[in-house]
Amino acid sequence: MSTAVTETYCGHCGEASSGEPSGVGAAPDGGTPTSDAHQSCAQRLAMEPPRYCADCRRRMKVQVTPLGWTAECSRHGKRES
Amino acid sequence: MTTQAPQETTGYAILDTAREQVLENGIGLSEAQLLEVLELPDEAIPAALELAHEVRVKHCGEDVEVEGIISIKTGGCPEDCHFCSQSGLFDSPVRGVWLDIPELVKAAKETAATGATEFCIVAAVRGPDIKLMNQIKFAIDRINEEVDINIACSLGMLTQRQVDQLAEWGVHRYNHNLETARSYFPEVVTTHSYEERLDTCNMVKAAGMELCCGALIGMGETVAQRAELASQLAALEPHEVPLNFLNPRPGTPLENQGIMDGKDALRAIAAFRLAMPRTVLRYAGGRELTLGDLGTREGLLGGINAVIVGNYLTTLGRPANADLDLLVELNMPIKELQKSL
Repeated sequence: MSTAVTETYCGHCGEASSGEPSGVGAAPDGGTPTSDAHQSCAQRLAMEPPRYCADCRRRMKVQVTPLGWTAECSRHGKRES
Repeated sequence: MTTQAPQETTGYAILDTAREQVLENGIGLSEAQLLEVLELPDEAIPAALELAHEVRVKHCGEDVEVEGIISIKTGGCPEDCHFCSQSGLFDSPVRGVWLDIPELVKAAKETAATGATEFCIVAAVRGPDIKLMNQIKFAIDRINEEVDINIACSLGMLTQRQVDQLAEWGVHRYNHNLETARSYFPEVVTTHSYEERLDTCNMVKAAGMELCCGALIGMGETVAQRAELASQLAALEPHEVPLNFLNPRPGTPLENQGIMDGKDALRAIAAFRLAMPRTVLRYAGGRELTLGDLGTREGLLGGINAVIVGNYLTTLGRPANADLDLLVELNMPIKELQKSL
């Protein structure tokens, strides 16, 4: 299973893993966001499949089944639980 | 000190009333009575849950019904249910996708292997078109050929002809939720009416299918509206009520709605059971977020007698084994399959 914080893009919000999550404003001083900016995204990914490709941030086709999930990027292929 | 007889048992008059009215006589609480339950102080919650559990065991038995659900058509729905990430009207990250029949059959097999007796096929649509109905017919036939499990469907609003077709094809149960109280519904959905939902529910019952009609609480409704919803569901007399707690989804109008307080969720579980003593009351979406791991145990000992095993439609649930192991620990047998159709 992919994780949000070790890839280029966050699987939950689709923003750069090194940047602020979607929906969070820029740091007040405009500086570099904190390294744990996607901590809440990572927590959410424990309870939901990734929606964005970690390599290219394309939205993926996601199929959840009772006992697993698959997430498919048109460019980078399929990931699964 | 002079005390009235009912208050000698719990100290909460509504629970003593419920013990006689619901537990002993099997008559669900009224809307006004349900509001009293929903407004009980925190220290009364264990007593409310204990009574709800007694009601469940007496009127439904010890068994717990296990079900798996799956989306055959995800996303792209034309409706605007404000809680739903599958609406095509919101800026949600959920993409449209169709599940093919072999994968559906595989999921049904996996679900049956957990001990589940129900497998619900869900589509994010206003109502099924001919293409979807044909897919459903094909899916039902393939599953029935290979898997021993009851098939349920949730395909939105139906015409009478579609109701009749699903019944003829052997659909055991049809899900169509009221979601919220009639008085709050226009705040949550504007593309169809409460009455349209009721129409489908009533047609399903009249056709002889079991009606599964659920609730989604924590959407900003008042406590009084929760009592109203429980009362309206009770009046509909569904076979099953799945109880969902809002999991605010990104991109939906309710994405910034706070997560429901766990104690309020437990009050709601007790209240729904005391409203509907004989109904299958199923733990559904959002319980992990609202109540955590401990909440599953509290609910199963507080009126719940069914669970959705594993994942939901677009989000993940507790691992199936976690719930199944808990049922063993609580000495609650899983309901066995009884194919009636």
